[in-house]
Amino acid sequence: MTDTSDAVLHSAPGALVLEHVTRRYPGNPDPSVDDLSLTIAPGELLALVGASGSGKTTTLRIAAGYETPDSGRVLLGDGAAAPRDITRESPQRRGFGMVFQHYALFPHMRVEENVAFGLEARGVRRADRLARARSALDAVGLGGKSERSVQALSGGEQQRVALARALVIQPRVLLLDEPLSNLDPTLRQSMRDELRSTLRLSGVTALFVTHDQEDAFAVADRVAMLERGRLLQVGTPETLYHAPATRAVAEFVGRAALVSAERVGDRVRITIDGVALEARVRQESATADGALLAVLRPESLVLSETDGVPAWGGVVAGRRFAGGHVVYRVILGNGAEVEVMGDGAAAREGTRAGVRLADVPVAVVPA
Amino acid sequence: MILRRARAAGWGVSVTALGLLALLLWSVVYPNVAVIVGSFERGLADWKEFASSPADLDALRGTVIVAIGSVVAALLVGVPLAFLLTRTEFRGRRVLSGVATLPAALPPLVGVLAFLFLYGESGVVTRVVQRMLGMREPPWTLSGLTAVIFVHAYTMYVYVFLFVSAGLERYDTTLDEAATGLGASRALLLRRITLPLLTPSLAGAMLLVFMSALGSFSAPYVFGGGARVLATQILVSKLNGALGLAYVETTVLAVTAVLALLLLRWLEGRRRYAMAGKGRITRSGLRSPVARALLPAFAAATVILLVLPHAMVVLVSFARDGAWTTQLLPPEYTLDNYRQLAMERELWRPITNSVWMSVLATAANAVVCFAIAYVVVLSQAPGRRMLALLAALPWAIPATAIALGLAATFDRNAPLQLRFLLVGTFWILPLAYFIRNIPIVTSAIEGSLRQMDPTLEDAARGLGASRWLALRRVVLPAARPGLVAGTMLAGVAAVGEFVASVVLYTHANRPISVEILAQVRSLSFGTAAAYSVLLILLVLLITVGARWLEGRATDTERTVNAA
Repeated sequence: MTDTSDAVLHSAPGALVLEHVTRRYPGNPDPSVDDLSLTIAPGELLALVGASGSGKTTTLRIAAGYETPDSGRVLLGDGAAAPRDITRESPQRRGFGMVFQHYALFPHMRVEENVAFGLEARGVRRADRLARARSALDAVGLGGKSERSVQALSGGEQQRVALARALVIQPRVLLLDEPLSNLDPTLRQSMRDELRSTLRLSGVTALFVTHDQEDAFAVADRVAMLERGRLLQVGTPETLYHAPATRAVAEFVGRAALVSAERVGDRVRITIDGVALEARVRQESATADGALLAVLRPESLVLSETDGVPAWGGVVAGRRFAGGHVVYRVILGNGAEVEVMGDGAAAREGTRAGVRLADVPVAVVPA
Repeated sequence: MILRRARAAGWGVSVTALGLLALLLWSVVYPNVAVIVGSFERGLADWKEFASSPADLDALRGTVIVAIGSVVAALLVGVPLAFLLTRTEFRGRRVLSGVATLPAALPPLVGVLAFLFLYGESGVVTRVVQRMLGMREPPWTLSGLTAVIFVHAYTMYVYVFLFVSAGLERYDTTLDEAATGLGASRALLLRRITLPLLTPSLAGAMLLVFMSALGSFSAPYVFGGGARVLATQILVSKLNGALGLAYVETTVLAVTAVLALLLLRWLEGRRRYAMAGKGRITRSGLRSPVARALLPAFAAATVILLVLPHAMVVLVSFARDGAWTTQLLPPEYTLDNYRQLAMERELWRPITNSVWMSVLATAANAVVCFAIAYVVVLSQAPGRRMLALLAALPWAIPATAIALGLAATFDRNAPLQLRFLLVGTFWILPLAYFIRNIPIVTSAIEGSLRQMDPTLEDAARGLGASRWLALRRVVLPAARPGLVAGTMLAGVAAVGEFVASVVLYTHANRPISVEILAQVRSLSFGTAAAYSVLLILLVLLITVGARWLEGRATDTERTVNAA
């Protein structure tokens, strides 16, 4: 990549603010987006995750202007001036870039014409816009394919054309709807890194929708999790993993067993089959009263001998090698299934094993 | 991906293919060759006469004007209506889309008749406008090429509407969103994205309108006034005994049609794209309050305009013949028109004629066209490409030309030349209907067979089924939707057929359409309208029957296609 080709994609990022946004669809009693507030700082990459039907695509379409919220506001901050209300501004005037789930490349245009279309709409002369389109294609590594038909491209190439098309107009905000979901698993891994580095280079503010938490963690600075139109938690990937705010977040993010627990000072006590074990509570964790669930990640547990030190008894139900370490699946006496990081101790499926808490803080969530 | 591998054709299939080829050469190609040969019977004399006759040149000009004008008019009506009904939501949308295809249900001559009752010199709408404006003369006259194009706009916009609606239903609307998101104005969006992507649909519709308008006979025949088109000029020449000239005119018309077909096909095929995403229809309400207020009114007006011709024909069918002179609406109503049709044998006869002739022709279409489609799609028999081409040919040749070809070929008994005396007999009309409907039935069945996984037939044969059993239990069920739809369309076309009939009929086998014209000529509008209503009912009966058959077939079809 050359300096000029990077420059062509460089944006002056804006701040995007959603304020108490609600959107209902006729015939559906539950709102698709429910009182959602979210602020994305200039240059920040924010992922919106959630299961299908959680309202993430509707939120994205409201940000883009394809949908108007029933209530609430969408604001765009330009840095110096006060944020401007763009709730009712048309997508045409917003000047945002958007990468669609199926890319929405114009099938009757060549690759470079696709990328140049936004410039065409801005009245840039033909020679100029094609030159800029080609540099943008260079920047995403498709320099040699600018004259191809878009239908002759592979999925990964189409994704990069869509990205170049959205970035070449130097948008203040870039919106991406499941940009990785149409790629096969191996390609997806490398496209995550590529996507993040392209977005970082351009400096654009990006809101990115995905149902895959690994995509979100790999690409985003912060992750916002939605469930049934409501924002459950927003934070860095580390925060969501280590200090989930709710049970739903804990279950969605990473692998975790949730078992009921009680709080004793700054420690948490978990009793299974009459055996009570304790660990430190993570500081960021909720301190709500009432019933609690401990979030047991594989790394918060260790496999131990069945006698001697206090441990929960269980049966090894499965094992899987996860690079670097082995993870055992153990069914405890009360029927709960936990995953345990192996510490070298070899245990065979079907044998009895003990499980105890490792010396790491444990997160708790309201039950 | 289904690989069609070469399959040795059994001798049975090969013989069938050759037989079909011979049949089409005899019924489709031979008559047209006879016309071309006939045009040179007097050397170049007839061609010279054509080239120097002002009437003929006028007719050629008129034909081209009508064809192009009809395409433009049909686009102007059909495209906006398709966009409106697929893209926006407004009060009255359902009603409007329910009646939008109604004009297609009017047999050609009946539509013309309805326009006469409504917009003719003493038509209802004409008189209403005349009185409202206090004019002494009618505000317009329904004659000449403009009148023809006006009628065509009503009957033919349906093609444009259907094609563009189908195109819009497949259309991936995220492409439009992508374009607006990139800053495209409505004009740029339409010019650079929407219209280019709809080109195949538009070209297909334009082709249909152009071909129909080129060969259109009823409207020019009834309202042409002083204006001439080739299709009617052919009949004039024939009736004047100038057969050679009629052959020249027919040749010119047919060649124009085939050239237009090739041109538009090329245009249609040049741009074809697969839409990547799923076609998703999002109907949006309109933002402008003015449009929101006016749209339901516009919808109501359009619905009235679309329903009016049908309503008028029904109304006039109850009017006492001769009583309706200067009044706005017929003053007296009676059931006599229908009673007469039912009581008088001579008047009932056209109805039995039409039913019988269309049943015979359509049955022949079902059998022959299924065989053609089978050979073309599922076999490797020799000559199948030729067969496919010949089966499509009658579509490109205007009906008047087909009829004249039959008249030229089967006017004598010469078995050695494969000519039989059919002109003046009952059989000439069913033959004409059969030939006209070969393309539509064949392509409908081909469509269904192409959706079938061809390995199914192999699988059946591999399980020990004879070719006959595989045909009956596997191929026929797969072909059934196309077979039902194709024969339905053929039946509808045959029962109301006018253009070929008016060239070839005899008094004994005159069909309903010819009788309607005769009644109009003798100013028995009530009787003509009663025939028209019966004709519409026949069309309705065929359509409902086909729906019922299709409904029963759906389960079988699903099973076969899902496999």
